[in-house]
Amino acid sequence: MSAVTSPARPASSGLSARTINRIVIYGLLALFAVFYLMPLFVMLVTSFKTMDEIQNGNMLALPQSPTIEPWFKAWGETCVGLTCAGIKGYFWNSIKMVVPAVLISTLLGALNGYVLTKWRFRGHTLVFAMMLFACFIPFQSVLLPMATILGSLGRFGVTLQNATGFNFGLGNSTVNLVFVHVVYGLGFTTLFFRNYYEAFPTELVKAAQVDGASFFQIFRRIMLPNSMPIFVVTVIYQFTNIWNDFLFASAYAGTGDVMPMTVALNNVVNTSTGVVEYNVNMAAAMIAALPTLIVYIVAGRYFVRGLMAGAVKG
Amino acid sequence: MSTVAETQIKLTPEHDARPGASVRSRLQDLLPKIVLAPSFAATIVFVYGFILWTIYLSFTNSKTFPSYDITGARAYQRLWRWTFESDPPSSWYTSITNMGIFGFLYILICLALGLFLAILLDQKIRGEGVLRPIYLYPMALSFIVTGVAWKWFLDPGLGLEQTLHQWGWTSFHFDWIKNKDFVIYTVVIAGVWQASGFIMAMFLAGLRGIDGEIMKAAQIDGASTFQLYRRIVIPLLRPVFLSAFIVLAHLAIKSYDLVVALTSGGPGGSAWLPSNFMYEFTFKRNEMAVGSASAVIMLMTLTAIIVPYLYSELREKPR
Repeated sequence: MSAVTSPARPASSGLSARTINRIVIYGLLALFAVFYLMPLFVMLVTSFKTMDEIQNGNMLALPQSPTIEPWFKAWGETCVGLTCAGIKGYFWNSIKMVVPAVLISTLLGALNGYVLTKWRFRGHTLVFAMMLFACFIPFQSVLLPMATILGSLGRFGVTLQNATGFNFGLGNSTVNLVFVHVVYGLGFTTLFFRNYYEAFPTELVKAAQVDGASFFQIFRRIMLPNSMPIFVVTVIYQFTNIWNDFLFASAYAGTGDVMPMTVALNNVVNTSTGVVEYNVNMAAAMIAALPTLIVYIVAGRYFVRGLMAGAVKG
Repeated sequence: MSTVAETQIKLTPEHDARPGASVRSRLQDLLPKIVLAPSFAATIVFVYGFILWTIYLSFTNSKTFPSYDITGARAYQRLWRWTFESDPPSSWYTSITNMGIFGFLYILICLALGLFLAILLDQKIRGEGVLRPIYLYPMALSFIVTGVAWKWFLDPGLGLEQTLHQWGWTSFHFDWIKNKDFVIYTVVIAGVWQASGFIMAMFLAGLRGIDGEIMKAAQIDGASTFQLYRRIVIPLLRPVFLSAFIVLAHLAIKSYDLVVALTSGGPGGSAWLPSNFMYEFTFKRNEMAVGSASAVIMLMTLTAIIVPYLYSELREKPR
């Protein structure tokens, strides 16, 4: 009997077991999707609610009478510390910091990667290893000396200002943060380009050399046109990291008008004076999140690739 | 090893053949190093030099301002004494115990959840393209941003507790974020939420890299799905486990804004990690030497994990 039924059984019960299996799998996946989306959802719906609705309604409920008011208030009126001019100024601070920092660190990373793969010299692995290790250090271990140096440069900037009428960017918080992010981002950008160029055919470089192309000509004419994917990955990675940075920002530009977005947002949210306007806080958080969120939605694939490249192997 | 360098040496005489080109060609030869030099110098000075500077400071008596008279290992002695000061707990005791709890649970849960989700997603799921980015987006946002929502969500008066009360479950009680003994677990929840999607992506990439033939062969041999994963797939994922562990360990030690955004340090600093301890002691409590010593300890912990890993990754592999 068993010989007769056994071939048939897996087929019939297998089908229903399979269906149950699928339901369980999809159920679990959906459940986790809810878990991951929850904070973003709460932020989004709350930012469109009136304070009345927040106090009396349910956290997860959709806004009854959606209002865009909290967004305008967050952008132009909310108080950051003692100044109540919204977060717009800090948003621009972040932009002014992110754009040069990303461009400079990416370009330097590309050049470093090019040298470390196509113009190797004795000890190139050690040089790379030393730059790579810098990616992993806890930044607390360099925080204080950097603060001291930036402080002295700032004082020197004041002297220059008095003597020449121009401080050459010394003591400017944005310049300081650009510098810090370039220095501590170099390890990552070099890693990305080094790994990418490692797979780039060396023969092409050699052939160009034989034809008399110079170091920079090869870089500009041969490497760069073939580096688009890794440029996208690096720019996105650096953009996200620098935009989201909080430690350096709070240590070197932690007060006043010069704060980047993350520090300002933290101040908005932790301001304890008056009634806490949750809708405005959430709108401010959404505004702070938007640039990286948009980048993620538009080019998430490249973002993940960057994370992976940063995570695995050198 | 590439052979460009050697090729280049052969090319040099050609350059020299042109009159007056010798300085230029010498420069051309040096150019790669000149290009790399600023970055390398910056790394030497601003990473390694600054680390030495921090180590130096940790042996001084620096308070509000750096002082450069070596006064011995007092800062370390104090940290060592605080390590055992559990009743009432010293800030350092709290920080390192929290680091232990947080590090252990964060790494363990992220690995387990990441693997679990990756295996689920690997079952030929329709809509994978939608689900994957949903699991991963927390990694793209600053925790300063998402912490705003988490803080709200975990707040007993506003968030989950309140919501469930409204839905009729009035006995539900969840106030970990206000409780000094449990606040660190809320940091674990938020940390796992942030990083587990990325770990999932790492495992998924690993799973996709496994040769389908091996799986098929095992299935033909009658292995159940569970056995298949336990005996074959998971052992094959060992390198991914290692990478994921390194990523998580270094994220755990570096975690800083997580605690600030979620708990502002927790009641009485009860949610501090060593990174918060360092920041507070250095910039707020005017104990620069102690802050530096704690930074050195963080660095050494990380070095112990990272250096063997980098060494094994960068060793010249036989090709």
